[in-house]
Amino acid sequence: MFVVKYRKIFYSITALITAFSIFAVSYWGLNFGIDFKGGAIAEVEYQNRPSKESVETSIKALNLGEFSVRPSGDNAFIIKTRELSNVERQNVIGAVVGTTTGATLKQFDSVGPVLGQELAQKSASAIIFVIIAIVLFITFAFRRVSEPVSSFKYGLIAVVALIHDVIVPTGIYAFLGRNGGFEVDALFVTAILVILGFSVHDTIVVFDRTRENLKHAPAKKPFFEIVGESISQTFARSINTSLVVVLSLIALFVFGPEATHNFALVMIIGIITGTYSSIFLGSPLLVTVERMGKGK
Amino acid sequence: MLLVLGTLIGWFIYSSEISSKTVVSDITSTATSTVKVKQNKSWLANYPFKLGLDLNGGSHLVYQAEISSTTTDVDGAMQSLRDVIERRINAFGVSEPIVQTETAKIAGGESIHKLIVEIPGVTDPKEAIALIGQTPTLEFRIEKKVPEKIDEKLLSSTTLSTSTLAGMIDARYEKAELTGRYLSKATIQFDQKTGKPQIGLEFNKEGGEIFAKLTGENVGKIIGIFLDGTPISLPVVNDAIKDGKAVITGTFGIEEARSLARNLNYGALPVKVDLVGTQSIGASLGTNALNAAVLAGIWGFIIVALFLILWYRLPGVVAVVSLAIYTVIMLAIFKLLPVVLTSAGLAGLILSIGMAVDGNILIFERMREELAKGVSLNEGIREGFARAWASIRDSNLSSIITAVILYTLATSALVKGFALVFLIGVLVSMFTAITVSRTLLLAIGVKSYKGIAKFLFGNGFKK
Repeated sequence: MFVVKYRKIFYSITALITAFSIFAVSYWGLNFGIDFKGGAIAEVEYQNRPSKESVETSIKALNLGEFSVRPSGDNAFIIKTRELSNVERQNVIGAVVGTTTGATLKQFDSVGPVLGQELAQKSASAIIFVIIAIVLFITFAFRRVSEPVSSFKYGLIAVVALIHDVIVPTGIYAFLGRNGGFEVDALFVTAILVILGFSVHDTIVVFDRTRENLKHAPAKKPFFEIVGESISQTFARSINTSLVVVLSLIALFVFGPEATHNFALVMIIGIITGTYSSIFLGSPLLVTVERMGKGK
Repeated sequence: MLLVLGTLIGWFIYSSEISSKTVVSDITSTATSTVKVKQNKSWLANYPFKLGLDLNGGSHLVYQAEISSTTTDVDGAMQSLRDVIERRINAFGVSEPIVQTETAKIAGGESIHKLIVEIPGVTDPKEAIALIGQTPTLEFRIEKKVPEKIDEKLLSSTTLSTSTLAGMIDARYEKAELTGRYLSKATIQFDQKTGKPQIGLEFNKEGGEIFAKLTGENVGKIIGIFLDGTPISLPVVNDAIKDGKAVITGTFGIEEARSLARNLNYGALPVKVDLVGTQSIGASLGTNALNAAVLAGIWGFIIVALFLILWYRLPGVVAVVSLAIYTVIMLAIFKLLPVVLTSAGLAGLILSIGMAVDGNILIFERMREELAKGVSLNEGIREGFARAWASIRDSNLSSIITAVILYTLATSALVKGFALVFLIGVLVSMFTAITVSRTLLLAIGVKSYKGIAKFLFGNGFKK
C-alpha cells in the first residue's frame, strides 16, 4: 500500500500541518468567547440598520470601556461589552434599541466571571477524563496483541494520532479566530471532545484489522505488508464513514442555525483530520515503531 | 415486521404532533368549544416535542447564592430558595418555568451554589429579572417603649432621604428577632365581613414560636413590617398569636394587597442571590433556529441517503430504510423521555445520523469481502455482520465514553442537550445497525450472487 511505502512523505506533510497549527495557537492565541471570559453580548435587529459609527457613538457615551460592534446578517448588529450590571444593561439596551424605531433585541447574553471559571475548570477536567478513558480503552481493546508490536505501543500511537487530531483543528480555529472573529466557547470544547472520540474510533478500526490479519498471516509475511493490506481493506470504510458524517455536518453548516455554525465547522475540520491521521499517520507509525524495535 | 413497527412509531410521532396542534388551535378559536377540546385531546397530545429556550424564545438566568453568612444546612437553604423563586414565577402564570439549583466547584476547591431559572416566553431580560425581583430584606420591628428623641438635624433637613427615614425609624422601632427568613408564605385573603383584602402571613414552626412570644410580650404595641428598611405595614398587636399565622389588615386596594403579598414573598428569600449570568433569546430568533435545524436535518438525511444508494446500491437502500427507522426511533424517544431539544441537541441528532451509518458501512464492506471470497450471498451477509460487530462495538464505546463525560461535566444546557442526544443516538444506532439492517438484508432473500444481484450488491463505480 502506497501509504506505508511513502510514509516519510506523509510524515513530512503531517509535520508541516502540525507545525503550522502549533504556530497558530502559540502566535495568535485562542480567541476565547464570553462564556469563558465573562462579558455581555447583545444582538439587535433593525428595520433600517443605522451606521455602525452611530451605534458606536451611542455606546461610547455610556463609558463602559472596551466594546465591539459587528454587523450580523443584513440588518443586525452584534454588540459585545464587558460584564454589565443591571443598570448598565438597561442603558446599553436603551442606547441601541430604545430610540430607534423597528429595532428589536434578538438575543442578550451576559456571563459573570464565576461562570467562566466554572466552565474553564469543567472543560479542563472533561478533556483530561476523555483522554485517560480513551487510553485505558485502547489498552484494553488491544490487550491480546503482543507481536511484533506490543499493545501498549498501539495505545501510544493512537494517542499520538489523537494529539494530532486536537492540535490541527485548534490551530485552524486560532487562525480563524484571528482572521474571522471565531470564538472558543463551550461548543468548541464539545466539538473537540467528540472529535477525540470519533478519531480514536477510526484509528481502532484500522488497528483492529491489522490485529485480525496478524492472526491469519503466514509467519514470514513482513509486518509492513500486513499493515499496508489492512489499510487498503479499511480504506473505503474510513473514507465513506467520514464522508457521510462530513456530508451531514455540511448540511448543518449550510442550513443549520447560527448557534451551531462554528460547531459544525470545527467538527468538519476535526473529522477530516481524524480520518487523515488514522490512515496516513497511525498505521505508518506502527510500521516505523516495529522497525525501530528490530533495530533497523 | 420491523417495517410495520417503524411505520407505527412514525405514525405516533406524526399524530401526536397533529393532535397537539389541534388542541392549541381549538383553545384559541372560541371559548365555547371547551367540550370539543376535550374530545380532540387524545393521549398522544401528551407527548409534544419539548423545545429548549434557544428554540422557543425565553430567558435563562443564573444566580449565585451567597451561602457563607447563613446556616450550615446549605442544601436546605438552597432548596427553600428554589421553592420561593418557583412560587414567585408561578404567581405570574408563566408556562413551565424551570428552577433548579446546582453546586459547582471552581478553581481552588471553592464551591459555588447556583440557582438556574428558565422562563419560556419571557424574552426581555429586564422583565425576567423583575419577575424574580431583587432580594429585599423583610424585618419585623417592635415599637420602642420610650421613643428616642429624633435627631433635630434629621427633622430639619428639607428632603426626606433614605438615611433620614432610616434614622427616624431607628429612633422609634427596635429590631425584633423575627425576619423574613421565618416567613413561609404570604397570601391575599378577604375579610369575611367587609370583603376587604388583607394579607395572611404564615410562619414556619420556629418563626411561629418567636412570633407567639413576640406578640405575647407586646400586646397593644405596634409590630412593624419593614421591607428594605421601609415600613410597609404597622399593625397593632391585639392579642398573642400562637398558631404562627397573622393577618395584616389595613385599607388596601386589591392591587396594593397583591403587591404587598408579593413583596412579602420576595422578602422571604432565605439566601441573598446575585445575578451572574443572563441569556435571553427572542421568539423569532428561536423559531428561525428551529426551522434552520429542521431544514439542516432534512438535507443532511437526503444527502446521506443519496450517497448510500449511489455507492452501495441495494444494501444502500437497506441502510437508508434502517436510517429512517433510526431517525423515527430517535424522535419517539425525544417525545417519550422527554428530551428537551436545543439547537445543539438537534446538531447532535444530525451528527448522529451521519454516524449511525458507520455501522452499516462497516457491515457492507465486510460483507463485500466475504462475497469476494466466493461464499453464498446469505452466508456472506451473516458473516459480514458477525465480523463487523466487534468493530462496531469497540468504536461506539469510545463515543459513549465521550458522551457520558460530556453530559456529566457540561455547564450549559446547550452542551448537556448535545451530549444526551449524542449518547442516545449512539446506543440506538448500534441497535438499528445490527437488527434492522441485518433482518432487512436477509429478508430480501436473494439466493444467488449473479447478474442483477451481483450488480445490486456491488458497490462503487465498478461492476
